[in-house]
Amino acid sequence: MSIFNIFRRKKSPVPAEVPIDQGILVFANTSEVIRAENLLRKAGVPIKVMGPPPKIQSGCDLVIQFPLMRKLEILRIMAENQLTPLEAVPVAGPLLKPVDLFQIKDFGAHLMVRAANMKLTVDKETRMIVNVSGGGCPDVPYLAAQLVGRTLEQAPRPRALGHTVCGYALELAFQEMERQCSPS
Amino acid sequence: MLAVVGTIPEADFPLVAGPVELGDQGLVIQGRVIAVTRGTAALLAASCSCLQTLRHPAPYGFLAGDTGLGQGSEQLYRYVASHLKENAFTTVTFHYILPMVDWHNRVFFALEAMQPRPYLIADAGYMYVAKMSGLAPAYDLFTPDAGELAFLADEEAPHPFYTRGFILHEENKMPDLIRRAYAHDNAARYLLVKGRTDYLADKNGILATVQEPAIESLEPIGGTGDTLTGIVAALIAAGLEIVAAAVLAARINRLAGALARPTPATGVTEIICRIPGALKEIYSAAARDGTESPPFS
Repeated sequence: MSIFNIFRRKKSPVPAEVPIDQGILVFANTSEVIRAENLLRKAGVPIKVMGPPPKIQSGCDLVIQFPLMRKLEILRIMAENQLTPLEAVPVAGPLLKPVDLFQIKDFGAHLMVRAANMKLTVDKETRMIVNVSGGGCPDVPYLAAQLVGRTLEQAPRPRALGHTVCGYALELAFQEMERQCSPS
Repeated sequence: MLAVVGTIPEADFPLVAGPVELGDQGLVIQGRVIAVTRGTAALLAASCSCLQTLRHPAPYGFLAGDTGLGQGSEQLYRYVASHLKENAFTTVTFHYILPMVDWHNRVFFALEAMQPRPYLIADAGYMYVAKMSGLAPAYDLFTPDAGELAFLADEEAPHPFYTRGFILHEENKMPDLIRRAYAHDNAARYLLVKGRTDYLADKNGILATVQEPAIESLEPIGGTGDTLTGIVAALIAAGLEIVAAAVLAARINRLAGALARPTPATGVTEIICRIPGALKEIYSAAARDGTESPPFS
């Protein structure tokens, strides 16, 4: 099959002007945009400052386009510098929200929490993380190696070591697991 | 020959390319040893194990270190786009790589130039970027789990993290999600969906399901999806048709899991070491049924 046939087969190809693997950071005012731009450029993150898409209703008239897969790393840089974006959303669907449904599975001695494509499993008695499963971004195997074999208290937070949206999903699973395992 | 493209979770692991062997200490490529935990290392270990048992050449790895910042992934995209054509690969499997649409498309154009074009399999981050690029139908096989199938079924989601809540990924919804993924051209030619029931499907619907042996505690074990992808990739590279390879792979992966007598705390290496035994048992049963001849004796 030729390249051209493939493009013809697609009913609604992603338009080239919609960078689907990019996200946008929305801030309250332009000075925050400028600060964020400087911080991210200094960190070597490929970004663009541009006008907001029509669906964005709040914030100033500039947004920062960033690699969506590196959302967790970018939010960490913002937080370390006391910057809080109003939104950090996909360019292709700024109204899309992160998954907020958790699936809980009780295996008797172990409890598994799934958030989006990430699963975290803990020994209920020792609170030891025994497995991390799912995900597709390269920080997942790295995070798994750092978390497995440690208790919820000892383990580093995924948000502290992760860089990607998969890492973000694992952080949500971690938070939900803490909630599930809390004494109350 | 099978090629596997993916990342290793070590920041200082360099870009390497070459045949991969499975040894006592882990995977060995270009004199470097890689621990088999989960991710692409688990996929490669499963492929090595199968191909060794089937007496086929070892897989060829394209690997780079990446802990999520994307440098290793970008190195891989760049290298593969230039060098993949230098070997006569029959099957190429793409795995844990940071999704970058522009780089994906450059690699894809390089693959299209190969004659004959190899079978293309994608899982994990590369499956995400294949969908994002709008080129999913050009791939031969995707191997999503239930959550990833929901992502493929959601025509708007750029990543599983943004899959909309109304697209539920419950077990009884799998056939609907498969239909929806094909309706929006977000599926490969075949889908092998990993779950309590494994589904093999194409655009016409479900072709086969595999449910036995059913081992509940395999679900939380990191790497069991990677091993399934590694096994099916090895069987396709060994010459099986995709449908036969997918069904056999699902059965082999489940049996290897069962033989490990797992708990939710079991590591995937306990399962990988059971793959040769499971493969021989499943092949022997298939030979008795007259559906497959065992390529070993």
